[in-house]
Amino acid sequence: MDAFIGFVTKEFKQIYRDKRTLLVLFGMPIIQMLLFGFAIRNEVEDAKVMVLDASRDEVTQQIISKVDASKYFTIEGHIQRYDAIEDLFQQGEIDEVLVFESDFARKLQRDEQPAVHIITDASNPNLAQLIQQYSSSIIVDYQQRMSDDDRIQQGGIGTNVNMLFNPQLESVNLFVPGLIAVILMLISALMTSISITREKEMGNMEILLVSPLRPAQIIIGKVLPYLVLAFVNVLTVLVMARWVFTVPFRGSYSLFLAESLLFIFTALALGVYISTRADDQQTAMMASLAGLLLPTVLLSGFIFPISSMPVILQWISNLIPARWFLVIVRSIMLKDSGLLLLWKETLILVIMTVGFIALSVKNFKIRLE
Amino acid sequence: MRTIRFLLQKEFLQIFRNKGMLPIIFLMPVVQLVVLSFAATYELREVNVHLVDFDQSSASRQLVNKFQASGYFNLQNRSVDVDQGIEDMRANNVRLVMVIPHDFERNIESGRPASVQLNIDAVDGATAGLIQGYGRSIIQDFSSEVQPRVKNLQPPDQQAIEMIPASWYNPNLDYINYMVPGILVVLVSMIGMFLSGMNIVREREMGTIEQLNVTPIKRYQFITGKLFPFWIIALFELALGLAIARFGFGIPFVGNIWLLFAIAGIYLLVVQGIGLFISTVTDTQQQAMFIAWFLMVVFILMGGLFTPIESMPSWAQDVTLVNPVAHFIKIMRMVLLKGAGWAEVQRLVGILALMTIIILPAAIFRYRKSTG
Repeated sequence: MDAFIGFVTKEFKQIYRDKRTLLVLFGMPIIQMLLFGFAIRNEVEDAKVMVLDASRDEVTQQIISKVDASKYFTIEGHIQRYDAIEDLFQQGEIDEVLVFESDFARKLQRDEQPAVHIITDASNPNLAQLIQQYSSSIIVDYQQRMSDDDRIQQGGIGTNVNMLFNPQLESVNLFVPGLIAVILMLISALMTSISITREKEMGNMEILLVSPLRPAQIIIGKVLPYLVLAFVNVLTVLVMARWVFTVPFRGSYSLFLAESLLFIFTALALGVYISTRADDQQTAMMASLAGLLLPTVLLSGFIFPISSMPVILQWISNLIPARWFLVIVRSIMLKDSGLLLLWKETLILVIMTVGFIALSVKNFKIRLE
Repeated sequence: MRTIRFLLQKEFLQIFRNKGMLPIIFLMPVVQLVVLSFAATYELREVNVHLVDFDQSSASRQLVNKFQASGYFNLQNRSVDVDQGIEDMRANNVRLVMVIPHDFERNIESGRPASVQLNIDAVDGATAGLIQGYGRSIIQDFSSEVQPRVKNLQPPDQQAIEMIPASWYNPNLDYINYMVPGILVVLVSMIGMFLSGMNIVREREMGTIEQLNVTPIKRYQFITGKLFPFWIIALFELALGLAIARFGFGIPFVGNIWLLFAIAGIYLLVVQGIGLFISTVTDTQQQAMFIAWFLMVVFILMGGLFTPIESMPSWAQDVTLVNPVAHFIKIMRMVLLKGAGWAEVQRLVGILALMTIIILPAAIFRYRKSTG
């Protein structure tokens, strides 16, 4: 046991002596949080709109000013010719062009259907879909209000929409919890896998293996400092989420911390597993960086909803640990969900952790022979 | 020249001998490109719905059928308790709790205003917006269907504006066309930045750099020997990825492919320069990797790959000016999807060229200082 304590102390010292790495380890998550928390938006804001108004009457003017007034759009100006649209889109400065046909108001009065073309630069289909949806709902609103003015309310079915848990539809509330998952996953898995492979590559592993320490103790000793590190990062990120980004925290702090600890375990176990498979640091880091970065960002539901993905990808996303942690974090922070509602996600993380540990142990033994 | 040739031979041999790395270099990017390109969409598929129907009338049933028939909504649960619906949302089983009030049918038939309540899980604002949009338009449709029939009047001359949406460059809103070029850029950048950077700091960590320094190899030869192989590999991967994009995904290539490769050549020098620079300011592969990882995450998330740069606050948009990944993603999409030519991209290429001129000599200069 003394040997073990000595080993752990050595590991801690080794990491904490390296001031530059420490700065990187603690500083970078903070910078990332600040940068992304303030910068990443997936809602449409101030999409740039050009108008081709062949009618220039009171109705088109009203619609245009309604579009301009909404926070989703800014009217950038008018064009006179249809051919000009191609150029605008090519330069990439404009997202949408509204084309009103001539005699707009008159046609409307005569109960004909005047047309408005909503032309989007759909080379970004996600953005195009959102702004099409927004522009048509502005026009629908306008139409409804106009018919309300014209005649007595004739019934009809109204829709009453409540946006729950995030009424202002703030992206921050979606992304900050997600960032916690991404940062933890990558720090824990990356750092441990590299640190253990490093011993192998340098030839130190042989020395450690003939020491009185058992393999499990070596691994635990290697992993423990990173556990502490990652947990400090959780606290930092949590403090920032609360007081810098003022993301609401409706749930239980202790549940949140416990779940975070569990997730750190999962990521560390994954890191250990990668290190048992890789022979040198380069392989370990490419596997954990290149192999985890994009899948964690894309398949976890961090930015894109899993329910929108093709079914096969939804299955694959089940294998991504961050996917489950993300649900847990968002639910605790925004929905005040308790363990009773999150037991399934929690259980999956536990199973993953145990699974990675079992796989590591199996691989590690093979290497000893 | 001979020296460089031998150095290159040695580096290539070393790369291809490493059996652990080969699949990571060649297989993983392909797999990721094929798999992940499908993930990045907000397209609305079956949204799970909890229905709270207080009316239980034929009108309410018709409305619910219309919801289900739309293909966007999937009735998961039903109850007559709104709280139970919200709880269902808390457990992440449903994203919409639709409440149809008492007297729904009676109000419609007597021409009084009726209403439907949509409670939407808005944690993901963009999706919530879409759910609201689709939900409202279904209810609107239902409303206009049901009105004239029950009222026995002539159809209320719906003053309608006809809305004709048109999606240019991508009429079917096929997001694959948009994602594949972007993800390809990221994969190529990772190869360029991580591998060349790591390779040099690895020599330092192993102590072999001392040996290299006492050989008559000149610095520029050494650097060329280190950067060139991964430059070639990254370009090869770009070609492979584009082939998959063209023949696997059927993405139309509107623009000039050779222009794209020429720009890629410049771009790769930038990312390799960054990798090289990182390796000169670090002592261990671990440090180098962590910094490279950090930069890469920043580059990717602020590169306009997933979330549009136009949606960022203006200071963040300024920050993206120094992000080479953002420029190259933009160029890729402009050239491939819109057929932009030299005239449209020259400003962006100019920025990339400027970056190369700054970062590469800076890295080589630092390298000399730290080992000399």
